[in-house]
Amino acid sequence: MRPLYLHGVSTLVLDPEKCLGCGSCLPVCPHQILYLANGRIACSERDACMECGACAMNCPVGAVAVEAGVGCAAAVLASAFRRGESGCC
Amino acid sequence: MGRAPRVGSELSLGDRLHGCKVRWGWGRYDYTVVPGLYALGRPDAGSPVLVTANYKLSFDALRRELKGHNLWLLSLDTNGINVWCAAGKRTFGSETLARAVRSSELAKLVKHRTLILPQLGAPGVSAHLVKRLTGFTVVWGPLRSADLPAFLAAGGRARPAMRRVEFPLRQRAALAPMELMPALKYALPLAALMVAGSWLLAAGGRWGPGLFMAGALLWAAVSGAVAGPLLLPWLPGRAFSAKGLGLGMLAAAIYLAVWPAPPLPAWAAFFLILAVCSFLVMNFTGSSTYTSLSGVRKEMRRYMPWQALGAALALGLWFWALAG
Repeated sequence: MRPLYLHGVSTLVLDPEKCLGCGSCLPVCPHQILYLANGRIACSERDACMECGACAMNCPVGAVAVEAGVGCAAAVLASAFRRGESGCC
Repeated sequence: MGRAPRVGSELSLGDRLHGCKVRWGWGRYDYTVVPGLYALGRPDAGSPVLVTANYKLSFDALRRELKGHNLWLLSLDTNGINVWCAAGKRTFGSETLARAVRSSELAKLVKHRTLILPQLGAPGVSAHLVKRLTGFTVVWGPLRSADLPAFLAAGGRARPAMRRVEFPLRQRAALAPMELMPALKYALPLAALMVAGSWLLAAGGRWGPGLFMAGALLWAAVSGAVAGPLLLPWLPGRAFSAKGLGLGMLAAAIYLAVWPAPPLPAWAAFFLILAVCSFLVMNFTGSSTYTSLSGVRKEMRRYMPWQALGAALALGLWFWALAG
């Protein structure tokens, strides 16, 4: 069973029109939710997206976009207090 | 192959002791290997090149899993941060990798033009950009170093299960000490303050009310930081703060059953445990493998006012109890 985080928050945007079907984004997704449908990018479970940005980073044509970041409350707090270094990792 | 230091797969007693130490947060941000190229076993010009970070815990895990293999390990300078977090900050990134490939003169050392990268490095590394910068092709290795032998044996192909991140009990347990130690860093002095405060405020210098509230705080810290990670998938709700609230109710019920108190301090302890547990489990988002920044922001906006209210209520009721 896949643990799911909050519903409907992911900023992942796919543009099948731009997609070349090269598949570069497929292996890098840590939740393996991307696949090719008729040679174009598609997503099987948006709520499983953790916005790590690996797919967008590895798309050569910009067919995948996401506001990438680390889902870490300590880092959000640290940046709110402008302490620079995050509490994560 | 003179310049690359040779390393083995055997971890020394010191490596293992230090590994335990950093898992408890001791010297964790200073646990590094010198970045650069290493020879594991006796690699030659045809041996695979594996890229990693320069966090010694990661580096040691990698060489331990690759026992009996001959290959090159290229350690990038990530300031001693693990691959996934460093990729998120782009210190494990395309440019860092390109610089390391150049400075190690890898192109002269090996005949092939392939770099095997950990899959979790992908948020920071763009394979097509690396190809353009270095001429090397990036092959995404498995997500866990334990799968590397099978990956290499299969000619550099990962089974689907090797590409999916999970969050099993064993991993959550390994992370709990790093939740507990920072939590105690705040909870212990605060607990001491509560004991001292109540002794001063309560007439007749009674220890009881202070110990009761300090105990509730420490119990909440241990519950949120240890039981939270362990019980995570079974706690109700999707937001970690909500999971922490559920856990807090359970923890408060146990605490008050073990240490019965009059209504006023009992409610104070109840709200304190709820607020602290919710906050601490919310803080576990950063260590989890499936939370997104958008989601974390959303739950922080929604739950932090309640956590603050709970803590304020707890202190208010407790002062009232002390005064009364």
